[in-house]
Parts: sequence; C-alpha cells; structure tokens
Amino acid sequence: MDTILKDRQKQILIKGKDQFQMECAKASLAGSVSQRACVFCGSRVVLYPIVDALHLIHGPVGCAAFTWDIRGSLSSGPQLHRLSFTTDLSENEVIFGGEKKLYKAVSELIDKHRPKAAFIYSTCIVGLIGDDVEAICKKISREKNIEVIPVQAPGFAGTKKDGYKVACDAIAQLVGMSKESKTRPNSINILGDFNLAGELWLLKDYYEQMGVEIVSTITGDGRVDDIKRSHTAALNLVQCSGSMIHLAKDMKEKYNIPFKRVSYFGIEDMSTALYEVARFFSNSEMIRKASVLVKNEINALLPALAPYKQKLAGKRAAIYVGGAFKAISLIKALRLIGMDTVIVGSQTGNKDDYLLMKELCDAGTVILDDSNPMELSKFVQEKQADILIGGVKERPIAYKMGLGFCDHNHERKEALAGYQGMINFAKEVYASVMSPVWQFTKPKSL
Amino acid sequence: MLLRHTPKEIKERKALTVNPAKTCQPIGAMYAALGIHGCLPHSHGSQGCCSYHRSTLTRHYKEPVMAGTSSFTEGSSVFGGQANLLASIQNIFTIYEPEIIAVHSTCLSETIGDDLKQIIEKAREDGKIPLGRHVIHCNTPSYVGSHITGYANMVKGAIDYFAESTGKKADRVNLISGWVEPSDMREIKRIASLMGANSILLPDTSDVVDSPQTGSFNMYPKGGTTIADMVASGDSKATLACGEWATKDAAIKLENKCKVPFEITDIPIGIQATDRFVTKLSKQAEVTIPESINNERGRLLDVITDMHQYLHGKRVALWGDPDQIIPMVEFLLDLDMKPVYIVSGTPGKRMANRLEELLSEKVPEAKYKNGELADMFLLHQWIKNEPVDLLIGNTYGKYISRDEQIPFLRMGFPIVDRIGHSYFPTVGYMGGLRIVEKILGLLMDKQDAECPETSFELVM
Repeated sequence: MDTILKDRQKQILIKGKDQFQMECAKASLAGSVSQRACVFCGSRVVLYPIVDALHLIHGPVGCAAFTWDIRGSLSSGPQLHRLSFTTDLSENEVIFGGEKKLYKAVSELIDKHRPKAAFIYSTCIVGLIGDDVEAICKKISREKNIEVIPVQAPGFAGTKKDGYKVACDAIAQLVGMSKESKTRPNSINILGDFNLAGELWLLKDYYEQMGVEIVSTITGDGRVDDIKRSHTAALNLVQCSGSMIHLAKDMKEKYNIPFKRVSYFGIEDMSTALYEVARFFSNSEMIRKASVLVKNEINALLPALAPYKQKLAGKRAAIYVGGAFKAISLIKALRLIGMDTVIVGSQTGNKDDYLLMKELCDAGTVILDDSNPMELSKFVQEKQADILIGGVKERPIAYKMGLGFCDHNHERKEALAGYQGMINFAKEVYASVMSPVWQFTKPKSL
Repeated sequence: MLLRHTPKEIKERKALTVNPAKTCQPIGAMYAALGIHGCLPHSHGSQGCCSYHRSTLTRHYKEPVMAGTSSFTEGSSVFGGQANLLASIQNIFTIYEPEIIAVHSTCLSETIGDDLKQIIEKAREDGKIPLGRHVIHCNTPSYVGSHITGYANMVKGAIDYFAESTGKKADRVNLISGWVEPSDMREIKRIASLMGANSILLPDTSDVVDSPQTGSFNMYPKGGTTIADMVASGDSKATLACGEWATKDAAIKLENKCKVPFEITDIPIGIQATDRFVTKLSKQAEVTIPESINNERGRLLDVITDMHQYLHGKRVALWGDPDQIIPMVEFLLDLDMKPVYIVSGTPGKRMANRLEELLSEKVPEAKYKNGELADMFLLHQWIKNEPVDLLIGNTYGKYISRDEQIPFLRMGFPIVDRIGHSYFPTVGYMGGLRIVEKILGLLMDKQDAECPETSFELVM
C-alpha cells in the first residue's frame, strides 16, 4: 500500500536524511483522514473556558452537541460554560433565515443567566443563509447593556488554527474595556493555558509565590471582568503560541504590552518560564524567590522521578499533538525521564517550529505535519515506539497496535504542567508503557 | 455549585435549545457506513464535522474510527465542493484502498447545493473510481431530523446502490438493523442463527467497532455487511426492519426496487418487542421457534418473577432515540415500572402516538415530548418538579443524576464515560435480562447505601 500521498511528501521529514524545508500551514488534502478540525472548533475551544460568559452556538444542532462539555477546562466558580446552548436551526430557518430565532434565544438566555458577556458563534451555513449576526448582537448589546460578541466561525474558512485567530479577535473586543489605565507593577496575564485538570492553578501559585500579580488568565478559568482590565498588566506570557499569539501581538500594538513565549511542560521550560518573568521585571527579590522555588521544586522532583527514569530508560516515544510548541516541550520532558523521541508531529506547526524540532531530535527521528492514521501507524511500527502521545482520535490506534498512550490534549485527567505535572506525566507514561497488558498483545516482531 | 443551572419553574422557551437530546444527521450516516465491510465513510463538508463525528464515535466505542473529509475551504463554499469531492475520491482510492466510499453531505454542502449524485457520476466518467470499487452516497442535511435520520438515509443509500433482483427469490430474509450497538447486532445474528433463519444483516457494525486487540491497526476490520450480501438482499424473500425511524425508508426502497416485501418491527428490546421480532422472523423465514429461544425467554421471565417486588411502581425518566425508547417504555411497563418522563430530540409524530397507546391507561401522568425544544433541560425541570427513581439514557444524563442523586442506567448514544455497551447486548431475551440485572443493581445499591441501619438487610 502506498502509504504516503505524493502531495504530502514535503510534510514528512527524517532528520539526518532529508534536507528540505517542511511545507506546513497547508490546507489538508481533500480526502485524507486528517486528524485536524475546523475554524469553529478552534474558536470554541479557546473561548469556552471563559466561565462567566454565555456561549451560544447559532447553527444546526451538531456543532453544539459535539462541543458540549468536552474540554476539561476547570472553573473555580461559575459552571455556565459547561451547558450547551444552541438555536438548533431547522429547514425552515435555512430557507427563511435564522435571525428571529437567534434574537429570541440570546435574549431569553441573557435574561435568565445575567452573564458578564455573551459569545455568539456562527457556524458554516449562517453566512450563507444571510443572517446578519453582527447586527443582532449589536441590537441585543444595546438592549441588555452587556457585550454580545459575534464569533464568525464558519468551519470552511480554514483550519482550527484560523479559529484561534477568530477567538483572539473576539477576546480583543473585551480587552481594555475597564476604565483602569495605569499599568500594574509586577503584573502579568497568562495567555494560552486552558486550565485542563487544574494546571493553571499550579502556575498561578508559582507566580504568586514569586510576588507576581496575575491580572487575567486567558482563557483558563477566565473571567470577563479580568479580561476587560487585562490591558493593565505589564507583561503577557503566551503559552500554546498557536492559539494566543494573535492576541499577544494585538495587545502589544494597542497597549504596548510586551509578550514572552513560554511553555510550562517539563522542568527546563517551566523554570525558564519563571525566571524569564523575574528577569523581565529586573527585580532581585523576585529572582531570588524564583530560584528558591525552582530549587525546592527540582530537589523534590528529581528523586521522585528517578525510579521512573530507571525503568523507562531507552523506551521510544512518538508524539502527535495539535500545537508544535507542546511537541517541542514534550521532546525535552521525555528526555528527562530517559526516553527517546522517534516520531514527532503536529497538526498546526509552522516552519520555525519544525526547524526547532529537527534541532532537538536525534538523527533518524521522523517529523510530521498534519499527519493521518495510516502514516502514523506505519512510522510507529517502523520506529518501534513504545508509547504514543496524542489526542482522542490517536488513543485507540495506539492501543490497537499494542503500545502505550498518554493523552496530552483535552482528555488529560491529571495536570501535566509545572513540576507537579512532570511527576504526573512520568507516572502516566510509566503506567502505560509498563502495563502488563502488553505482554499479551504485543506482536512478536516488535 | 456544580452544574446547578436548572430552575424548577418551567417557562415556555420559543427559540432556545439547552442541552440537546439529539445530534445532527451526518454522524448517523457515518455510523451506518461503518457497518459496511471495507467501507470508508466520507464527510462532504468542512473538516470539523468529520473530526467531531470521529471523536464522538471514538469516545463511545474506544476504537479507531476512520473517515475522510472533503476539507472545504472558502473557495469551495463559493464555487461548490465538486473539485474537493473529485479529488477526495481519487486520493482515497489511491492511498486508503477501500472497497467502498460512502459519502454523506453536511449542512454546508447541502446549503450550497452540491449534487452528490452528479459529482460521483463525473468521478466515474473521469476514471477516478477503479474497477470493482464503489462510491455510494446519501444526503444528510444537518438541519433536518437528527442523527437517526442520517443513519436511515445511509442505509437506504446502500440498498439503493447495491441491491439487485435477479428475478429468482432465495430462501433468505433481510434483517435491517436500527441504530443499536455492535453487541446488539451480534445478538440479532445469534438469534436468527439459533432459529435456523438464513439471513443478511444490514448494516452490521459487529467486528468493526468492537474489534479485538491483535497488535496491529487495521483500517478495515473484518466485520460489516459485504457487497455480495447487499447485492443479494434484492433476492431475499422478505425484509424485517427493526426500528421505524432508522430502517423504514430502506425497507421501502428495497420493496420498490426489488419487490422484497417487508415488515417493520420495533428494535427487540424487552419481552413483547422480542416476541414480535421472533414471531415475525419465524413467519418470514418459515422456521419454527426453537426450544433454546423459549428457554431464554423463560429465564428472563423467571428473573422478573423473582424480583418484581423491587421494581413495582418505580418512576423512570428516559431520553434518546424513538426506536429505542418505544420498546424500552413497553418493557418498563411490563416490569411494573412507571416511565413518567420521556424526551427525544428526534422529530416524528409517530413517537407521541406510540407513547400515547402505551401510556395513556397505565401511566396517565406521563409527560413526553419529541422534536424541537425537547431537550435535557426540559427533562431536568420535570424531574425537579417531581423526582424519579431511575434515569435511562445516554451519558448526558450524568449531570441530572449527580444533581438529583438519582441512579442512572446508561443506554443509547453516546456513552462516553462507561464501557460495556459494545460487548453486552440489550436486545433479545438475554439483553432484557441484562437490563433487568442492571436496573435492580442500581436500585438495590442505592437502597443499601442510603437506608437507615435498622432496615439494612442482608438478604434481598
């Protein structure tokens, strides 16, 4: 079987063998069993963790049904975001338009829940049937005196990554709305952490220990009022650069807030993320606190990791995740527990990301952009990986092939960020790679 | 407080659906297509649709679910998706080598007016479909009906494309399966084989989405209805279609196309629906009902007899698909339980009619609603006003279960937080036995956990 489509040859690179530059940020080839999603999906996952806002999906029922409480973004307060609201457009509205239904639905919801803001997502056909969602949002906004923000997210307008930008534009409408204007000393916004399994709370705690004030978290455990005053922060920290870089750039332009790209996975990247903030504020007391924190955490962590490292030494990992920045952190984190990355890929990486991956990996590592199950399984078999790190659609493929799996996406059940996250990650990888079940299922050839 | 957003007071809603009790057509078409051997479902629309459907089916079955997508772009939404579908067909046959591509549309491709039939015709003329390979299709506008409608459309599409009549009838019946689990499809085949009825089952997701762990990933697992069987279905002497919503259109199509007479029966859940299934099958296939089937029925009755005191009068709320709910309500009544609240997002007046027939005398207080605005929020409000003893439905009931402390039996689609549905059937007498066992387990566990020590009993 000819497993690699000709048009995809430039999206697969083997370090030490291929010299070409990755072709990425390309639309998926029609017909491929792509693991990617759409613009709506991208906007929805980014905005969803704003927990005191209303999220209403304007379109046929599916887009609301399939995104009902699927992301484990935890809230320390309101749980409104975990309900599913939709106009459930039917044939009649497709013919005569859905504006009336939308107007009624949003009005009913605002009266009932009194949210801090409302996001109205338009899916594929809303534009085609001629609904002027923007006008309706403006009208309701005036009537109810809250921000009603249209999120124009027709699926066909690009990939998930384009949806991130749509979400950033929606958030940008809230930024700066509070009357405060003075920059707060030693303060940051945390951009691009979605508080999966409570990870954000770990990070907040680290920064607070250093004496840093957190103005807003966008969007994990997010609050509308915090976003409105997020322009008063002195620095933006951007994780998962794919999703939030637009907003950071936008805030730099409008409010002159500098930003730093960080990652919280693995001890190297986590420590860098703390030191960079302390260095940015040129505050010696903060630097001292950061180094105490890092030292304490690492001193506690390394002995705890040792037994896992011993067992996992030399095991091989395959990584296929959404964002490239995450993939890069994972290569380093895996190395820390003695594992080699033999395959690494992402759905949405750019040229620089792939160059960095190439730099980090050992010769022979396969680097993939926008892969599919056939390719993944072919390379996993060739490279004899012991574990695949990916998302919901990759898990059963890994299991069928008799290798371990770690969900580094929406369905993670343990925090994987920060120092605590590193030990959780090691435990999870260990539990899966070393599971006794493989003795019954692993084919002899592996 | 977690998830406590449902007020007791019920206000009429005009436009807003909260926590839907259905999803859209395309996922049903995808699931039905998985029940065809060597078939790759294909979603003609934006990438997200395909990704959502695959993720949801994967969460439900914990299995790889493969499907292609036309990956619509801004351009396709303006100029139509023909180029995307043509390219898809070519790419899929080149790299994934399925025997069949089963294309379904989406809200987007329907609204822009893509003509799937014409595009597939063009692919054939252009030589993009290799000899001996097939492209079938169905239209699944997401704004009509529900996931069940999509399932029905794909089953009909498969029959429309493949079934052929040679003019010579064979001693065989067609069983068209409604939307049930692979375990149920396996059980239906077992029952037919116990009865000695020569049969073809369409679709058949057993050995596809419940495939064994072998150490290798296989894009086309061994199960699924074969092309030969689908072709031969046109020569069968009769069709028994299980579940009106999901199978009626296909049965009618087969009769019109190949003159195969059909009967519609409920999905065989519970005693009476299974009785009807077995009786109809025995008549159509001209076989007698064997002792072994009677014994299974007897064992189910025996368990109900033994335990009926624990079931009497218990109030139940159900949600899901009409084809499953109707026989389930009938079964609950036979268990002397009270199905008091029922919602289904799937439209169709027949549902209210059937429920009326079943409930008007026995449970006059029952409330039921299907179609627009029949959602989980309404169900929860009814429960808040007067509680029930048991919830039966898909995973989305877990919020109500936790909020109201009500035991919860998972049945239907999707179930994304428990396993078992893939492996243990709920159809047939043995499936009925499993339902009773589960219900009793839930009710008695609650009693054991919550009753005062003075009335805590060892023997129950």
